[in-house]
Amino acid sequence: MSKIGVFICHCGENISATVDVVRVAEAAGKLEGVEFSTDYKYMCSDPGQTLIKQMIKEKGLTGVIVAACSPRMHEPTFRKACSSAGLNPYMCEMSNLREHCSWVHDKSEATTQKAIDLVRTLVGKVKYNKPLYSIKVPVTKTALVIGGGIAGIQSSLDIANAGHQVVLVEKDPSIGGHMSQLSETFPTLDCSQCILTPRMVEVAQHPNIKLLTYAELEKLEGFIGNFKATIRKKAKSIDEDLCTGCGTCITKCPTKKIPSEFNTGLGKRTAIYVPFPQAVPNKPVIDKENCLYYKNGKCKICEKVCPTGAIRFDQEDELVELEVGAVVVATGFDVMEPSKFSEYGYGKYKDVITGLQFERLASASGPTLGEIRRPSDGKIPEKIVFVACAGSRDPSKGKPYCSKICCMYTAKHAMLYQHKVHHGESTIFYMDIRSAGKNYEEFVRRAIVEDDVKYIRGRVSKVYEENGKLIVKGVDTLLNAKPVEIQADMVVLATAAVANSGAEELAQKMHISYDAYNFFSEAHPKLKPVETNTAGIFLAGACQAPKDIPETVSQASGAAAKVAILFSQDELSREPVVAVVNRSAPPLYSTCVGCFMCATACPYQAIGEELITNRKGEVIKRVAKVNPGLCQGCGTCVAFCRSKSIDIDGYSNEQMYSEVMALLND
Amino acid sequence: MKIGFYPGCSLTGSSREYNESLLAVAKVAGIELCEISDWNCCGSTAAHNLNRELSVSLPARNLALAELEEMDELVVPCAACYNRLVMTQHELAEKPEIKALIEGKLKMTLRNDIRILNVLQFLEKHIVPRLDELVKSPLTYDVACYYGCLLVRPNQVMKDERFEDPMTMDLIMQKLGANAIDWPFKTECCGAGFSVSKTEIVGELSGKIVRSAVDRGAKAIVVACPMCHFNLDMRRPVIESYLQRKIDIPVIYITQAIALAMGLSAQQAGTQRHFVPVNLTVNR
Repeated sequence: MSKIGVFICHCGENISATVDVVRVAEAAGKLEGVEFSTDYKYMCSDPGQTLIKQMIKEKGLTGVIVAACSPRMHEPTFRKACSSAGLNPYMCEMSNLREHCSWVHDKSEATTQKAIDLVRTLVGKVKYNKPLYSIKVPVTKTALVIGGGIAGIQSSLDIANAGHQVVLVEKDPSIGGHMSQLSETFPTLDCSQCILTPRMVEVAQHPNIKLLTYAELEKLEGFIGNFKATIRKKAKSIDEDLCTGCGTCITKCPTKKIPSEFNTGLGKRTAIYVPFPQAVPNKPVIDKENCLYYKNGKCKICEKVCPTGAIRFDQEDELVELEVGAVVVATGFDVMEPSKFSEYGYGKYKDVITGLQFERLASASGPTLGEIRRPSDGKIPEKIVFVACAGSRDPSKGKPYCSKICCMYTAKHAMLYQHKVHHGESTIFYMDIRSAGKNYEEFVRRAIVEDDVKYIRGRVSKVYEENGKLIVKGVDTLLNAKPVEIQADMVVLATAAVANSGAEELAQKMHISYDAYNFFSEAHPKLKPVETNTAGIFLAGACQAPKDIPETVSQASGAAAKVAILFSQDELSREPVVAVVNRSAPPLYSTCVGCFMCATACPYQAIGEELITNRKGEVIKRVAKVNPGLCQGCGTCVAFCRSKSIDIDGYSNEQMYSEVMALLND
Repeated sequence: MKIGFYPGCSLTGSSREYNESLLAVAKVAGIELCEISDWNCCGSTAAHNLNRELSVSLPARNLALAELEEMDELVVPCAACYNRLVMTQHELAEKPEIKALIEGKLKMTLRNDIRILNVLQFLEKHIVPRLDELVKSPLTYDVACYYGCLLVRPNQVMKDERFEDPMTMDLIMQKLGANAIDWPFKTECCGAGFSVSKTEIVGELSGKIVRSAVDRGAKAIVVACPMCHFNLDMRRPVIESYLQRKIDIPVIYITQAIALAMGLSAQQAGTQRHFVPVNLTVNR
C-alpha cells in the first residue's frame, strides 16, 4: 500500500490567487493511498524542501507529489530533495498547477476543481511508480569538429588546449574557410590572413589535433559521449608522407585555366593545386574533374617531375571510422548566386561582382595583388557603386532575413577603395545602416566623414552597360526624393549570406534540426545558442546564421567550452526513462515474439536483438532488446508492439492506465 | 473549349490595329475569339485610384458575363485591362467578404474560375506551338522587345521569376526569325498616363527607351500594350524634341509582327494606322 505525500504550492500568489489551495490539499488528503497532504507558500524554498524531507522521514512516505509549477522548472529540485531524504528520486512527480491551471484560467470553482483533478490523476500514477536508477554511459574524450574555417579552427584549438583530442575535418584541400579569402577586417582593418594564418599553422602543429583535409562526414551514429563517425577522405592523388610541398608539379601542370575557387573565379589555377600559397596543409591535391590524365588517360607530367615520387593516380577515397564523444558543427556559409537578380546584370557584365569577389581584388594575396582593378579590362575604376541588401531583406525574390555582415563589409569595401584609389568615387545604396557592435558605428561614420563615401538611402532598380560604363539607376528616398543615375566603372553587390548547398543533407546525416533557410537550429534561441537538439552536437559560426568574425569566434569558444564541460566527466548520467522489453518466468522468458516491428518503428535505431540461451548455451528464444544508451523514451515502440511486451520505465502502461482511470472515476 | 475575348476601350479606338492584327492571326490559326457581349470598362487607372469597390465591381461584371457565356478562357490584349481583371480575380479569390459584397451589387454570382490570358500567354499557348507551320515569311531584322510595367506585374499574382528581365516576347520574336536584342529598357516606365497631363515627362521617359533601342541596333520596337504603343508611337514628336534628334524606328504590336511573318498584308496587320511609318522591308 502506497503512502503518498502531496504538497500544494502557492507559488507566491501565482497559484493561490486563482486556485483555492487549501481545498486542494484537503481533497488530496482524502484520496486512497495519500498519507499526508499540505499546502505551503513556496515549496521550492529551503523551508519548503525541508518540509518534504521531514515528512518523508516522519511519515515513511513511499511517493511524493509536488503540485506547483512546470516540471521543466523544478522537477530536478524536488527529486534531489527526495533523494537526500532517502527516497528514490523517480518516486517524486510534479503536478503542474501553474502553467496548466492557475495561469490559464480565471479564479473560479471550476479552476479549483481542475486543480483537484490534476492532483488526483497524478496520485493514480504515482501509486504504480517504481524506483528507477539513472543510466551511466562512458564518454569518449575526443571531439569531432566539422569545418575548418575560423569557427572550426577556434573550437579545435580551445578543445585541444583544454587537453582533449580533436579531429578536425575540412572538405576543401586547405583549412582557412572564407576568412582566408578576406582582405582587411572591420572594424580595425587588420589583415585577415595576418591574424588567421598563425592559427591555421597552430592547428596543424597541435599535438592534440588530427587534421583531415579534403574529407567529409559520411555517417554519424551513436549518442552523446559515444558517437561513431565515418569520414570519407577524398583521394588527393598524392602520398602526403612523401610530398614535401615543393610545388614543382604545380608549375609544370599543363592545365592552367581552371577558375580558382579561392579567388572566386577572378584568378586561375592548375589541375594539381594548393588553393592559396599560405594553405594548411601546404600540399597539393589533384582535381580529378579537370586533370588531363583522369579525363583522357594521358599526361602524368606531375608524376614525371615530382622529385619524391609522391603522385598516386590510383589512390582511392578512404573511409575512416572514428569514435568521438562530441561534435562541433562549423561548416560556415556561402554567398547567394546573384544571377537571379537579372536587373543587376551579374553574369552579364564582367564588372558587376559580388562582395566576396571584391575581397579578393582588395586582398594582397589576390589576383591583382591588392590593386582594385576591374575584371573586364584591368583598368582602375574611377567610380564604384556598392549595392547593399542584394538578396537580403527581400521576401519576394531573395531571403527575408538580414545577412548581418553586409553593412559593415560594404563600408569597409568603400573605405579600402578610397584608401587605394584616392581620386575615386564610391557610392553605397542602402536600406538601413545596421552597424550595431563594438566600434562598428564609429567605423561607418569614419567611412562617411573621413573617406568621403557617399551613402544613398534607396534601392537600385537596374544596372546596364552603355558606352563602356555601367549605368546604375536607383532612387534617393531621403529629402527631395528623386531618381538617381550613376555612370559607374564597377558595381559590387553585397549578396545575401546563405546556407551551404550541402547543409540540409549534412543536418539529416547528424539528425540535427535546421530552419527554413537550411541554417542549423540551436536548441534555444537565447539560453542554448550553441547546443543543438541532439545532445552532444554543438554549433559554431555561420552555419547557424550569418555572423561576423568576432561573433563566430565567441560562439566557437562557447561550443568548445560545452565540449570541455562534457569531457570533464568520466561518465554521463541519463534519465532512465527508456523502453524495456519484459522478461517473464520460464518457460516463456519473455512475451516478446521477436517480430521486430518495434525495430522498424524506432527513430533512433535503439532496438537490437537478444538471444536467450539455456545453461548449455542453446538458443531458446530470439527477442528484441532496447539499447538504453540510444533510446530516447519516445514510446513509439510501445504503441507498435503487438504482444504488449515493451514498456517505458517511468511511463508504463500500468501507470498511464491508472492515471486515466483516476481521472475517469471521479 | 470556348475562348472569350475582352477588347477594352483602347482596342476599339487608338489601338484598332492591335485588335485587327490579333483577330487576323487568330483567324489564320483557326481560333475563334468570342467577344463578351455588353462588356464594360475595366476600371483601369481612374477607378482603382478613387473607388476600390468600383475598381473591383467593374472588372467583376465582365468576368461574370464571360462566365454566363460559358467561356473557359478569356483573352485580354490590353495590358491595363488584363491587370485589372487578373487583380480582381485574385482579390475575389482571396477575400470572400469582398466577393459576397460585389456579387450582391452586381446581382450576379461568380465561380471565379475562368483562365484570364494576356496576349503573350494566349500566343504562347495557342499560336507559338504552331508557328513552324504558320510562319510563311520569316522576319529578318533586329527588334527590341518592350514589355512595359503591367504585363509582368504584380509579382504576387503573376509569379514570374524574371519580372525585371522578362523573355517571353523575345522568344516569340526569335521564333518568327527576328533577332531580339539584349537591352536594358524592357520594363522601364514609358510615362503612361502622363501622356495627357504632362507630356514632356513622356518625352523624357519614352525618349530614353526609344534611344536605347535605336542605339543598340534595333529596327523595330515590339510591344504588347496600347499605352506603351501610344507613347512610343504617337508621342514621337515630343520624344524627338527631348532627344533633339530625328528617330524613325517603328513601334509594332507583337500580333502585327506575327501577322507579317504569317505573310498577311500590311493592311491586314494594320500597320498603315501608325504615326511612325512602318517600313520593315530592310533586311539585316
